[in-house]
Amino acid sequence: MVKVSNFGRTASVLTVSAAVALGLAACGTDSAAPVPAGTGAESSVTGTLSGAGASSQDAAMQAWIAGFGAANPQASVQYSPDGSGAGREALLAGGVQFAGSDAYLDEEETAAAVEVCGPDGAIHVPAYISPIAVAFNLPGVTDLNLDAATIAAIFRGEVTAWNDPAITGQNEAVELPDTAITAVHRGDESGTTKNFTEYLAEAASEKWTDKASGEWPAGLPNGESASGTGGVISTVASTEGGITYADASAAGSLGKVSVLVGDTYVPFSADAAALAVESSTAVTGEGRPEADMAMDLDRDTAESGAYPVVLVSYHVFCTSYGDQQTVDLVRAFGNYVVSDEGQAAASDAAGSAALSESLRSRAQAALETIRVRS
Amino acid sequence: MSSKSITGEGGAGRAGDKIFSGITVTAGCLILFVLFCVAVFLMWQALPTFMADPADISGGGGFGRYILPLVIGTVIAALIALLIATPVGIGVALFISHYAPRRLAQGLGYLVDLLAAIPSVVYGAWGMTVLAPALVGPYNWLAENAGWIPIFAGPASQTGKTMLTAGIVLSVMVLPIITSLTREIFLQTPKLHEEAALAMGATRWEMIRMAVFPFARPGVISAVMLGLGRALGETMAVALVLSSGGLIASLIRPGNQTIAAEIALNFPEAFGLRLSELIAAGLVLFLITLAVNVVARWIISRHKEFSGAN
Repeated sequence: MVKVSNFGRTASVLTVSAAVALGLAACGTDSAAPVPAGTGAESSVTGTLSGAGASSQDAAMQAWIAGFGAANPQASVQYSPDGSGAGREALLAGGVQFAGSDAYLDEEETAAAVEVCGPDGAIHVPAYISPIAVAFNLPGVTDLNLDAATIAAIFRGEVTAWNDPAITGQNEAVELPDTAITAVHRGDESGTTKNFTEYLAEAASEKWTDKASGEWPAGLPNGESASGTGGVISTVASTEGGITYADASAAGSLGKVSVLVGDTYVPFSADAAALAVESSTAVTGEGRPEADMAMDLDRDTAESGAYPVVLVSYHVFCTSYGDQQTVDLVRAFGNYVVSDEGQAAASDAAGSAALSESLRSRAQAALETIRVRS
Repeated sequence: MSSKSITGEGGAGRAGDKIFSGITVTAGCLILFVLFCVAVFLMWQALPTFMADPADISGGGGFGRYILPLVIGTVIAALIALLIATPVGIGVALFISHYAPRRLAQGLGYLVDLLAAIPSVVYGAWGMTVLAPALVGPYNWLAENAGWIPIFAGPASQTGKTMLTAGIVLSVMVLPIITSLTREIFLQTPKLHEEAALAMGATRWEMIRMAVFPFARPGVISAVMLGLGRALGETMAVALVLSSGGLIASLIRPGNQTIAAEIALNFPEAFGLRLSELIAAGLVLFLITLAVNVVARWIISRHKEFSGAN
């Protein structure tokens, strides 16, 4: 496993450097003319675009690669799902032209990006929005209302039976059995865990005292674990009284929790997730371009109808590339991903939520700022 | 004519000798070289972990604190597997070699060997979806009736995905290794020894105890050690079956983790120091396996007088 993956990385880096070298050789200096941006118009882009990063968007990425390749037979995209951190590292080392990442570049990385990507640094475009469902297995119960504090208490092993007053108090219409609660978390490191714990840490800060992290806090001895989204879902599906968190698309026929936002309970939906992303605050700071879409999700939002348990995965691009060919290719791919067509492909392949109209136009404007390095 | 053909053959034989010894020497050196490369790779990649500030290591207590529970978990899983698989494996091997009718013995031998060909992920899926749920009842019973023994302390896992389940799955996986090796060794017991024992009036069990076991002991030990190697290094099955967590004495509660499964679960998203930590964990597993093999060799060399070679 180690060897294969390393070989893959080396191979992709080699391919990238070869492609870059070819591109540089082929392009003159006078090709800085801006290219009109559109979604389906550029069938003229050529070359190979290489990316690396989050495995969360790998399924969607495969759909994007297939869709983009079909529309642009001269161009191809490679993506190596090495993990968000490895993807950002590869981008900042100049090994790939874009990174897929569940987290935006931190300050140190932003500073490094200026050196690799030119004076404006790197730019984030949200590409993949996936609501995380809190799913449970109780025969006859399909929907439960819970607030963040109760969810935190359940996953900390403090609420241990389904008929605990903390749960029944919020669900007076539902007949709950005295079945023991079996909370199941991810045993492997994952962006889903990171976003879920981030939600708990912010929305239930008095209950959830651990830091948000991709790895489940080691100090919680009561939980069960399983590997991968498939693992947690199948474990809960075969365990009466089980509860877990997972990509909403995988939750299937399990019961789902509606979470308390403001003073209403919101069931997860693609629209509710997109709304939560839209109402988040933009990250600003030195080295971040104006059009950048890096954002801090407001997990504690009171926005009615927003579903704050959501994972956002970005595509991180440079704001400038060495030659026009690469710029065209990057823009064409970026635009395809955020287009209706691209988002629908991702939603079919990975069950993600489509970007809202306003997020899409902002993303297109952000991609528009990518230029040839002068 | 005859002398000609002899010298001719002799010449070809010498050339053949040279080629063959060349091939074997190359093969022998190659395996050492590969092993050396693996060791160098592990040490090189693991180096940052040992240089890093202990507070930066997962868990915040330094590498020792991080790796110790994993080492213990790995050893526990392998021990459970061996405790179950060794007696069963020897029993099956004896049945095939000394008790079963020849026809049945052959068929059974094939079947056991077939067990070794099943991919570990299939064992893992079986353990996760079939075995674990089936063991929830027995675990609950154990927690209620034997809960005073620390390893059976409750409350039992309601998914059945525990260290004991992982050990049972592992035991099924090492069973074919132990069975086929010991079977071959039991079959090599000198017929004269067996017949002599029977002629002295020994029952069949006494014959096996007096003639077969002493002869086979070093072979059985190497078989068990090979099985142990597989159990220590098994990744997918444990990753799927075990509900991992912190170190815990009870075998029927969720918790514990093995090195191989820890690496498999966290490798895909690991980078920087975390990656180095996982590779350092791999290095530790490498050393454990090496130590196990050295000990096995030592035990076998102590029992040399029984080996079939002399």
